[in-house]
Amino acid sequence: MNQPRAASPPPPASPLSEPRPVISLDSVTRRFPGALALDRVTFDLWPGEVHVLLGENGAGKSTLVALLSGLHQPDAGSIRVDGRAVRIDTPARALDLGIGTVFQHSMLVPSLSVVDNMALGGAWWARPDRAGLARRMALVGAEIGITIDPAAKVGALSLGERQQVEIVRALLRGSRVILLDEATAMLTPQGAGKLGELVGRLAKRGIAVVFITHKLDEALAIGHRITVLRLGRKVGEIAPDRLASLGPAAATTEIVRLMFGSDDLTAPTAAPRRDRMAPPPLLVIEGLAVDDPVVPLAGIDLAVAPGEIVGIAGMDGNGQKQFAEAVAGQRRLAAGRITLGGTSLERLDVGGRRRQGLRYVTDDRLGEGTIGSFPLSLNLLLKDVGEPPFWQGGLERPEAIAAHARRLVEAYDVRTPGISAPIDTLSGGNVQKALLARELSGAARAVIFAKPTNGLDLQSARAARQHVRETANQGRAVILLSTDLDELLELSDRIAVMSRGRIVGMVANDEAARSRLGALMSGVAA
Amino acid sequence: MSTLFTEPFFTALVLGALTAGLPLLLAGLGEQISEKAGVLNIGIEGMMLAGAYGGFLVAYHTGSIWLGYLGGALGGMAVATPMAVLCIRLGLSQIVIGMALTLGAEGTTALLHHFQFAQSYPRLPAVATLAIPGLSAIPVIGPALFDRPPIVYLAILAVFLTAYVFRSTHLGLALQAAGDKPEALDAAGVDVVRLRSLAVLATGCLAGVGGAFMAEVGAGIFVPFMTNGAGFIGIVLAMQARGRPFGVLWGALLFGACLSAATALQVAGVSIPTDVVQMLPFVAVLAVLVLLGRKASLPPALGVHYVRGGR
Repeated sequence: MNQPRAASPPPPASPLSEPRPVISLDSVTRRFPGALALDRVTFDLWPGEVHVLLGENGAGKSTLVALLSGLHQPDAGSIRVDGRAVRIDTPARALDLGIGTVFQHSMLVPSLSVVDNMALGGAWWARPDRAGLARRMALVGAEIGITIDPAAKVGALSLGERQQVEIVRALLRGSRVILLDEATAMLTPQGAGKLGELVGRLAKRGIAVVFITHKLDEALAIGHRITVLRLGRKVGEIAPDRLASLGPAAATTEIVRLMFGSDDLTAPTAAPRRDRMAPPPLLVIEGLAVDDPVVPLAGIDLAVAPGEIVGIAGMDGNGQKQFAEAVAGQRRLAAGRITLGGTSLERLDVGGRRRQGLRYVTDDRLGEGTIGSFPLSLNLLLKDVGEPPFWQGGLERPEAIAAHARRLVEAYDVRTPGISAPIDTLSGGNVQKALLARELSGAARAVIFAKPTNGLDLQSARAARQHVRETANQGRAVILLSTDLDELLELSDRIAVMSRGRIVGMVANDEAARSRLGALMSGVAA
Repeated sequence: MSTLFTEPFFTALVLGALTAGLPLLLAGLGEQISEKAGVLNIGIEGMMLAGAYGGFLVAYHTGSIWLGYLGGALGGMAVATPMAVLCIRLGLSQIVIGMALTLGAEGTTALLHHFQFAQSYPRLPAVATLAIPGLSAIPVIGPALFDRPPIVYLAILAVFLTAYVFRSTHLGLALQAAGDKPEALDAAGVDVVRLRSLAVLATGCLAGVGGAFMAEVGAGIFVPFMTNGAGFIGIVLAMQARGRPFGVLWGALLFGACLSAATALQVAGVSIPTDVVQMLPFVAVLAVLVLLGRKASLPPALGVHYVRGGR
């Protein structure tokens, strides 16, 4: 048998007699180079319970899944399964322990049939028992109320169907724990609803389900217990009885507070900017629409006055990036007008809009923002390559480029070994400073900041916020896209909420702003 | 003209197609296994050449044709092993390493040949054939197809066996998954690195036997660079066969026929410049790529190094 018996022999576990968590995480920490993905996270997983992990992108949800499914190991802390400390060092080990994972990106082989996917991993010489597997699949499927054609090619199934296949596969392998990583992220609302019902039926069968999402309404609809993660830390847990007694409205308030609540570490760099008189707008966006397969934008109107900061709040992936790129000229508009100081921009390309004084500080700093292997000095001129005075008659003028780089490095306090250092050798904070230096120098009149503090340490984040504020103080129009509510409340004059590619509300930054924004973001208020 | 298409002509054509096509068949089959598992094996030309050398060396010294094939297999695997270590384990570029191994094998075998055989150019005795009773009596194709060295029948058997493994075993599913979605295979508890390494070794083994066949049966002698692009034609065969072993078989026979056309035309007494005739197989390669190239479906993870948890 398994363990040496103690004085009182434990009966063969009936879950009702002695309830204990299937999985316990005890102060689990996981570091990545330059980031603390999980910081002493502790939580328990109970059989028959849907445990929702809620948090923004970068909160550590996916890292947690990677730890439980054997893709990564914790740097500190322990994982217990059925009370025994275990090391989950391979995906196969996770399966042996009864932990099945449905990843955000399907883990099925598209070119194989459903039943062949189930057979994967059997003894190599043997014939896959396709008929037997199909029978067992049908059986398990019937129990949880789904039917799948076992002979169908996975590549031909919809995303929702693929998830069902993965859940059935996990059950076929005897999983007692099923992790669903952002399973609804790419589903239609109806698909998400169906998945929610399925998850409920799984829990009724005694399966422990970890449901990871950043959507609040889903968490409340599906979860029995809700744990909120923020920046790698667990900031709160709502137990089932508490969740039931709170009711949806009070629970929403509580969760919004946990997710975006005030954080001592991010003390404001100055008092909130309020009561600014708004002169006539400088940057005007009317009826902007963009075709996009994931999040199309429609009917976006926004007017920003000189010296004003308009924040755009919203859960990640609600069209913020599409919006910023459309305004900057990196995406084609389906409809709409953009004018900057009376000049219409929508027919201009990126360079033309830039010459008019429109700047975009991207959050994809190492991707579209910079060229990693190029020296800092050239990255500071990336959008002016070939222009005088740095290039003359097609030839580079190194002294002019170096002088320009030295001036900006000095002015923006970029910490670098030298202006010829490749920019990808700099820390994230310094790359951001370089990017700000490039975009804010020259004749900028309106600036779009996309998540300017994302992934930065506290000091660099502070510096970046200071730059946003100064940009506005110099009389420029500023659009600030952020998923950090504290940041928006600290910097913005007005805050719009973006949801599913539309602006669903605009809030002046006053005392009531936080709760009204929370309501708008969670979809409680229309 | 009627004198051209005589019985000896067709017998020579079919026989030549089989003799010239067999190394291509083994190379293509081997390459197909690697590609299915997601490894683009450019080193296969080197594996064939090492197999030709190894096969000739062992057959010459032992006098055993079968030990010669074993030597060929080992020669091919000797080139496949560094490929597995450098590309599958360490994740170096499959294209660069493959080319390096091919060039390395060419140089090494040429050098060894120079010291061992360049003075004497020893030949192996003709290989005995195994006539299949009944079938070998069929006119034209009988002597060409059913009176061949036994390795030919084994190679054809290997096509059936590979098709069976691909379609009807867990190994076949695992190979397909390794080339299509390795992370899914890993999650199912199969070691992707090990499976891919084994696939590369199997390729080395088959390509090596193919090379040994060229030296032992085709030429009876080892000459530097004697594979002359056969491994590369094998890569083309594997691509146009789209994962089906029988596709490789038909392709190999077609290319073999092109290669043997020179001999057959000479038998028939037609004088076309041999340079033109020798161009045929490569013209055929181009034609196949133009006609089928767009349909060739390669595994999505082909040539992509797999790291667990990496994105």
